[in-house]
Amino acid sequence: MNRYIFKILRFNPEKDKKARFAEYQVPLREGSTVLDGLFYIHKQVDPSLSFRFSCRGSVCGSCAMNINDSHRLACETQVKNLGSSIKIMPLRHLPVIKDLVVDMERFWQSYESIKPYLVSNSVNDKENIVSPAERKRLDGLIECILCGLCFGSCPVTALNENYLGPHALLKHTRFTEDLRDEYKGRLKTGVKKEGVWGCRNVFNCQEVCPKNLSPARAIIKTKLKVTRKKF
Amino acid sequence: MENEKLLPQVIIIGGGLTGLRAALEAAKSGVKAFVFSKVHPLRSHSVAAQGGVNVALGNNAEGREDSWELHTRDTIKGGDFLNDQDATALMCKEGIERIIEIEHWGCPFSRTEEGRIAQRPFGGGTFPRTAYAADRTGHALLNTLYEQCIRLKSEGLITFHDEWHVVSVIASDAICYGVIAYNLKTREVRAVISNAVIIATGGAGRIYRNSTNALINTGMGMSLGYLAGAPLKDMEFIQFHPTTLYGSNILISEGSRGEGGFLINKYGKRYLAEYPDSAKAMEMAPRDIIARNTVREIQKGNGFDNSYVLLDLRHLGGEKIEERLPGIRELSIKFAGIDPIENPIPVQPGQHYTMGGIDVNINTETNIKGLYAAGEAACVSVHGANRLGGNSLLETIVFGAIAGRNASEYAKGDYHLNESIVKEHEEKETERLSKILSSNGEKTQWDIWNALQATVMEKVGIFREKNKLKEALENIRGLINTYKDIGLTDKGRSMNMELYWAVELHGSLLISEALVMGALSREESRGSHFREDFPQRDDENFLKHTIVSYNNGSPALGYKDVDTSIMKPEERKY
Repeated sequence: MNRYIFKILRFNPEKDKKARFAEYQVPLREGSTVLDGLFYIHKQVDPSLSFRFSCRGSVCGSCAMNINDSHRLACETQVKNLGSSIKIMPLRHLPVIKDLVVDMERFWQSYESIKPYLVSNSVNDKENIVSPAERKRLDGLIECILCGLCFGSCPVTALNENYLGPHALLKHTRFTEDLRDEYKGRLKTGVKKEGVWGCRNVFNCQEVCPKNLSPARAIIKTKLKVTRKKF
Repeated sequence: MENEKLLPQVIIIGGGLTGLRAALEAAKSGVKAFVFSKVHPLRSHSVAAQGGVNVALGNNAEGREDSWELHTRDTIKGGDFLNDQDATALMCKEGIERIIEIEHWGCPFSRTEEGRIAQRPFGGGTFPRTAYAADRTGHALLNTLYEQCIRLKSEGLITFHDEWHVVSVIASDAICYGVIAYNLKTREVRAVISNAVIIATGGAGRIYRNSTNALINTGMGMSLGYLAGAPLKDMEFIQFHPTTLYGSNILISEGSRGEGGFLINKYGKRYLAEYPDSAKAMEMAPRDIIARNTVREIQKGNGFDNSYVLLDLRHLGGEKIEERLPGIRELSIKFAGIDPIENPIPVQPGQHYTMGGIDVNINTETNIKGLYAAGEAACVSVHGANRLGGNSLLETIVFGAIAGRNASEYAKGDYHLNESIVKEHEEKETERLSKILSSNGEKTQWDIWNALQATVMEKVGIFREKNKLKEALENIRGLINTYKDIGLTDKGRSMNMELYWAVELHGSLLISEALVMGALSREESRGSHFREDFPQRDDENFLKHTIVSYNNGSPALGYKDVDTSIMKPEERKY
């Protein structure tokens, strides 16, 4: 067992006027993750600690949070790489509901605003023919788990509350690159001031993405596509 | 919600593949779908499915002769003949249409050179028929369905109630009236009225200590039906997946063997050759057989640390691993510190799937009018005593659609409401929640969780035996009693996880009891259920479904016939 100190930014809307840090001693065995540490606290020390969880295997996107000043998924973050003192705060740029649980309403609304669904009038009783090369265009665009790490690390989402955010714009590119999509207004849903033109190429989204995706590159791809069209 | 009685409506509990497919079907038939999920739908465990979905498309060069009839026969043999054969055939046949449809909705399947949906071999299949999107098939399917749901949401036909915890199905005299749920963010309790309710809450893996399942898969959803009066069926059939990551039990897809991976012991030998029931098919034998032979190999002392064996992918080469199994590589690196391109992956069998569930017929109807169940939470049964890899995703979309269709038709019929029953239920559940919340007993629920998971793991695992099963039943009944003495310290309203877990635990305990009752009384070995004291299959006495009903606070055991209209049971060898 190794001992760690978890410093967690806590906030209970029923009691607290302001968020405050609380410290916990957490013994963890080799191979433990930050999520294991949070469960230890919840079960052994303070059951009132709230956080989201589901798959514990880096695929569901529930446990995005700020860990030692960078944005990570708690379930895949090994404690041994963090030093003995671990600072944990909720995902940024979204209102806190309680402790590490944030209100994702804005995140999902902007996701929905780009009309994230394929529109196809295909009535074949066979699948659409998509060559391996055509299918490859979607690599790097379809693996997103919508965890919100990019959203929480993006300075533009912080400054401009109308900005759609990297997650929505990556999804937008996923559909503009899909040759099966027949939605006429597709480009317009993302190509606007608060869409791709809002991105300032900071690339934080690429840095924090747990799936090694790059919303910033996807956004640039769309920008180039529409500017090429113009000239 | 109580007043929205203008449109006929369906309540769907669970936002995974089954629930979302049901919602789409309801909306398409003009019925409003209310999807209740204790997490955001994209956090459902469906998202973690990896290897693929079986469907007889005949796209693989080696599988041109494939047909849904052959798929049906493979599935029945894989299930050790406990499947209802008519339902199995329906799944394999309708599955083709469901897969084509989901491709048209945008699912990014991997492709063959000709541009068709790519298919790979999976255990127990005569031909390569497992369609896939790299090794993230569940993620691809779930996102596609959610996306289409968003389209219908914008038309007002589907509404999502995320982070609402459904705690009870309202039913009386075998008629369903709706559900009781509370908002996890505010603890507000509501009765939501609807003639038609679909339970699509997935499996019960977390009653086991070592499971591939998400932490939310407690089986509590099954108990919603069970407590309302719908029996559980074949609960003793629990699938252990042969290859879960040693340490965390995170799933390592069967696709890794389908693509050519080897299972090796500490001498570097492919040990499956040593066992008669897997000697021919080797890594492509079904999961129950490989899981058992792997445990036997470890027990012989041929594993590592008496705990695991190795899954070797190195001979596939980096390029193939990157293209076909990128997710497996990522998980191995992140959770075991091992890059499968360079080193074999340490794996061990772990709980993976619940073949049993709420007893439903081929139309997904329970014995309660208006109450439907589908997907892993239900037992039709299409998987029998052992599910073939790749068939669970197929079940979700086929029976999700059937449930959505039938529940909608029912909801369009005469509207019946019994306000006094609804009110009575609402008061009862509100009081139950308050009681749990204000409980100050001496026991903590974590002790009960730990004891439950250890008992089920150690005594109701891959190899079972009468005395251990009896002990397990006794332990679980003791824990059900102890549950009355728990104490909670968090009295907060918002995101109260202690309350959440305590409500889940009650359901987990009750379905575990049913599981052990089934395992104890089934004195034979069939599919995933292996009795050391009864190592043979016994068709004469046990070619029947186990039924456990909950009446007046206690469980009762019964049996039900199996449909064998397509093929006669035969010896199962691979």
